Amino acid sequence: MAVIRDVMPVFELFQPVSIDDAIKLLDRHGTDAWVLAGGLDSMDWLEDRIKRPKVVVDLSQIKELKGVREANGGVEIGAMTPLTEVVRNPIVREKFSLLMEAAELVASPQIRNVGTIGGNVSQDTRCWYYRGGWTCYRAGGNICYADTPTALNREHAIFDADRCVAVNPSDTAPALIALDARMVIRGPKGERTVDAEDYFIGPGIDITRMTVLEPNELLTTIRIPSTMAGAQFYFEKVRDRQVWDFPLVNVASAIVYSGGRIDRARLVVNAVAAKPRRLKAVEASVIGKPRNEETADMAGTLAVEGAQTLRHNGYKVPLMRNLVKRAIRGAGTWTS
Amino acid sequence: MDLLRWGRSPWGEWVLTHVSWSLFWASLFAGVLFFVAHASYMLFSAHRKRGAAETDALEAAHKNLPPKIERHSLAARLFHWVMAASMFVLLFTAFLPVVGIKFAWVQWHWMAGLVLAASIVFHIIHASFWLDFWSIWVGPKDIPELKAELLREFGHDVPGPKSGKYPLGNRLYHLAIVFAGLGVVITGMFMMVRVRTPLFVRNPYILRDTTWGLTYVTHGLAGVGLVGLVIAHVYFAVRPEKWWITKSMIFGWITRRHYLEHHEPSRWPVGGDERRNAKPAGQARVLRKSQKSSIRASTPSRRRTSSCSPTPPRVSPPIRTATPAGKPASTCTAATPR
Repeated sequence: MAVIRDVMPVFELFQPVSIDDAIKLLDRHGTDAWVLAGGLDSMDWLEDRIKRPKVVVDLSQIKELKGVREANGGVEIGAMTPLTEVVRNPIVREKFSLLMEAAELVASPQIRNVGTIGGNVSQDTRCWYYRGGWTCYRAGGNICYADTPTALNREHAIFDADRCVAVNPSDTAPALIALDARMVIRGPKGERTVDAEDYFIGPGIDITRMTVLEPNELLTTIRIPSTMAGAQFYFEKVRDRQVWDFPLVNVASAIVYSGGRIDRARLVVNAVAAKPRRLKAVEASVIGKPRNEETADMAGTLAVEGAQTLRHNGYKVPLMRNLVKRAIRGAGTWTS
Repeated sequence: MDLLRWGRSPWGEWVLTHVSWSLFWASLFAGVLFFVAHASYMLFSAHRKRGAAETDALEAAHKNLPPKIERHSLAARLFHWVMAASMFVLLFTAFLPVVGIKFAWVQWHWMAGLVLAASIVFHIIHASFWLDFWSIWVGPKDIPELKAELLREFGHDVPGPKSGKYPLGNRLYHLAIVFAGLGVVITGMFMMVRVRTPLFVRNPYILRDTTWGLTYVTHGLAGVGLVGLVIAHVYFAVRPEKWWITKSMIFGWITRRHYLEHHEPSRWPVGGDERRNAKPAGQARVLRKSQKSSIRASTPSRRRTSSCSPTPPRVSPPIRTATPAGKPASTCTAATPR
């Protein structure tokens, strides 16, 4: 149980200086190894003694994992790039301000100075039953304590719950999906690239993981293509404490608008399911329509179809509906 | 290697949660090992089966039997294949994610589980009222047959009893499937209240943590056991010398020759009450309508221990059991108590 703080269990610390060395270490130690990026998620687990890895592989010394580079009209961001650096990068600010807005709303300035973009998208869920060390489904057990008649489940899922009702808490993840980003993953067998949308997995596929990363793989780079560069972006995050909190619901949209009609749209909502939820039906329904109240209403209604609430999270349905409406209207572009 | 997995309940108790997936690999390995061992044995053993000349003689003596004899009714065959399909879906959805093929398996799993449960309920009712319920069961009464079969497997020519409708191996397999199948179905039904389905109100608190642990472990043990059992079943179904049984599960009938070669007609008499006796394929309706009363009268007593005891006349004549020397030992059938 999570009672002992600030006294981490013993582990062997490795600080490789290259990606290859890190992967060799991960491959050698398999599930005994723990990847340490900014350390903000990791320290909770380790100090609470809920995760007890034998080996910790600290990526902070690998220079090739850091930095933002322009590439083919888009941008490449090293997975170990601190969120503050992402927010301040001129290319990101100019072409992909959606990511800048999302990253700027992550936690507090101190945390953004240390926390990395790779860590932010790969972080574990915040479900307190799970993080409290109880043997729930996600921890390898056979029950979801958050989905019981007496559970405290205000922050939990309204979509795609499959035994586990935990949600993905990342702010940058929906922005990256809206920007059509691709995740570069390196493992012992080489490099593979997956769409940001497919980087995340729900409990139906694997109840113990949040991403497709295998124990011997690393997220090395995030590539944002020029596809949505300069589109009209909208990001909004609703949280309990405005200064520093995880999202109750957040929404990211990238809309290409021409001739008074929506030409292309990508809409993603997070913290409503175990993986960021791309609203493909909504995207298809708004193509060719103006950004007005009528379109926004239709999009909001469609977005929450199929939601299944728990005892305390019913508020997420109108919250998500309204956020989607606002994303369709867009800041300052509401014309009706 | 831990065979069972444990977790901490919110009250700090250590409770069972699952079986270790090592048991799945063990069951898979055991199933494969069994078929390799059995196939090797069948290649090199002195396995004794009834000789062609002996079977020819039996056929000559039973010319009145129809060339095709119904072994499985349409309902029984449909049950078998529905159960087989649902079992494969259950095993694949349960264990493909374990071997690394990830997909959303839970919905497929519980839906296939419902099909299996419904088919089992159908089978129990069907077997109780329309089939000879006890013909598939095995018990102490089958020890003489077991001894005879074992001796035959080791090359001895023994006059012990042959099978009734179902060979001893079938009956032993059925017993194992009954335990494993009921184990997964009953525990699976309880486990369905832990997942979201349109059928049950989700409530993980209907059992205590300890009882849930035992439920999951029983489900897991029966499930991994079924892996080995299904491998063995498929293996026997595809072995050439067993095709006649496999074909009977597809077409419903066996030939007269197979009937005489592998069965004890006194324990599975052709003709008569269809709840107890085999009937010529295609003649079921005729038998049911025209011969019902006389056939019932001619049905051998289930408790009979030997056809030497006074019995009414049968549809098929008694068979002479050959001694190792090839001489007739008796005109009695060596039926065991049933």
